[in-house]
Amino acid sequence: MTQAAPPAAATPPASPAAAPKSRTAERSLARRALARPEIGALVAAVGVYIFFFAVAPTFRQADSFATVLYQGSTLGIMALAVSLLMIGGEFDLSAGVAVTSSALAASMLSFQLTANVWVGVGVALVISLSVGLINGLLLIKTGLPSFLVSLASFLMLQGLNLAITKLLTDNVATNAINDMDGFESAKAVFASEVTVFGVDVNITVFYWLAFAGLATWVLLRTKFGNWIFAAGGSKESARAVGVPVNLTKIALFMTVGFAAWFVGMHLLFEYNTVQAGEGVGNEFYYIIAAVIGGCLLTGGYGSAIGALLGAFIFGMVNQGIVYANWNPDWFKFFVGVMLLLATLVNLWVRRQAARR
Amino acid sequence: MTTNDLTKPTPAAEGTTEPVVQLKGVGKLYGNVRALEGIDLDVRPGQVTCVLGDNGAGKSTLIKIISGLHQHDEGEYVVDGKPVRLHNPREALNLGIATVYQDLATVPLMPVWRNFFLGSELTRGPWPIRRLDIERMKETTQTELSAMGIHLDNLEQPIGTLSGGQRQSVAIARAVYFGARVLILDEPTAALGVKQSGVVLKYIAAARERGLGVIFITHNPHHAYMVGDHFSVLRLGALELNAARDDVSLEELTNHMAGGTELAALKHELAQVRGVDVEELPEVVNSPST
Repeated sequence: MTQAAPPAAATPPASPAAAPKSRTAERSLARRALARPEIGALVAAVGVYIFFFAVAPTFRQADSFATVLYQGSTLGIMALAVSLLMIGGEFDLSAGVAVTSSALAASMLSFQLTANVWVGVGVALVISLSVGLINGLLLIKTGLPSFLVSLASFLMLQGLNLAITKLLTDNVATNAINDMDGFESAKAVFASEVTVFGVDVNITVFYWLAFAGLATWVLLRTKFGNWIFAAGGSKESARAVGVPVNLTKIALFMTVGFAAWFVGMHLLFEYNTVQAGEGVGNEFYYIIAAVIGGCLLTGGYGSAIGALLGAFIFGMVNQGIVYANWNPDWFKFFVGVMLLLATLVNLWVRRQAARR
Repeated sequence: MTTNDLTKPTPAAEGTTEPVVQLKGVGKLYGNVRALEGIDLDVRPGQVTCVLGDNGAGKSTLIKIISGLHQHDEGEYVVDGKPVRLHNPREALNLGIATVYQDLATVPLMPVWRNFFLGSELTRGPWPIRRLDIERMKETTQTELSAMGIHLDNLEQPIGTLSGGQRQSVAIARAVYFGARVLILDEPTAALGVKQSGVVLKYIAAARERGLGVIFITHNPHHAYMVGDHFSVLRLGALELNAARDDVSLEELTNHMAGGTELAALKHELAQVRGVDVEELPEVVNSPST
């Protein structure tokens, strides 16, 4: 190209016929697999499984595996919603206590009104979705980071949980509701056991897998999934091309609200009564499960399958320590090690994948 | 409506096609600061209109008015012969005026094809199982990129792994596909190396070949001269030069861009500073750096 040449001649659009030969070979299957966000979690899950399989004989039994899956599911349903939110670029620190809030609301409302428990379940859903909506609106209207906004709602919810429970029951736990109308049918939906090949598996495990499938489909195969990645990856670019970023984020917070309601209902109908102080600290486990599953803290990257694997690893470590007859106090130490290793593996994997 | 004495009349040769976008004596005030004054600009299909100017000359304000981010306070903004007043970028887009910002074009971690259709995804199937038509989107992306002369090995790769020039080019191809008639490019070559700038310039020419009116904002007269059909140089919010390609040489353009008289003054000032050998400096007026 010379400056003196007339513009048309100087810059002809390259014709397809003159297309340069591809300079890079097709990336191998292994390389492409490495580019998936959940690959690190898959490797870790297999490693943890083999480890406890070797050191804890009880771990090998089918019953134990069902318990591991159950542990994974109660954490995992929340971790799925939290991972979607994280891919969308936001945090929700109120997720842990929101589960308790939902269970408390359903329980106390039904008990105080001596109504059918399904009334409480319905109202709890409205409350949980509203908490998500308020979190989302606060984020957008104030422009504050979601870390701060949800930290504030975490503290407020925790205070409400304790204060209202004590006000209504003079206790920090709710009254048992297992003799009330509709309890049996609600328990069948939220907390029943299903026998698979002679092993009792809690129904939450199946919900967990179904939600993971749904979340994966939404993320990778729908418009909304595209918007989630875009909202977390680059908010300004997304907005510039017409993605409704605010709507996407509010919907994600409400998804966390829905998951909190679902897990809250499970806990209520599994244990009949709810402790008002429960749930604190769980929000970090959800985030950790999502991070182990390959979600970037900065948003725009991650997967639902990864969050599923992250929660599964949690279940294995949690139960594996018990089956290996170790002191359960070691659990948190293991979680810390897992988190560190997972983040390092994810970092390494992404570098490998980016290298072409 | 103010008129600018420096504005040269548009040569008859340029009047072969009707301008899509036309500014007539457009001005903009920020409080009591006059950011733009008496701007005349014609954007015709199949032509590249270059807007040059130093930092603070009013280039950004001008794009913001054309792209609908800001409204003009004086003069007329005419699209297809009708005066308009745009309130947001969406309105501009609906009129076929698309802006490709330097760093606002793409989401780095998302695959090329997802970026291409972001915000305007193709779907199939009825709700609630309405899903992305991935096949069709990938095909269209491939076709559209080839039409612009862009060849990528793998549409699944995150767009962040492409070079800056390629990213800009995908953004340009995208704007063309989604019905842009006028393409505003905000300093597309500013952050790029020599080779990468060449890539972008090639696609600017390709867009012109497809009959788009291009507004190319830059402060590099060399880049402008390679593809430009018409040149407008802004200085302190007013047009210093408004000329067709035939009426201006690269040297004149460079000189206008560098602010010839200002450089002479700067040289005089530098002479006061010890250690600067002014005698060795080239003569400003007849030596554009090449």
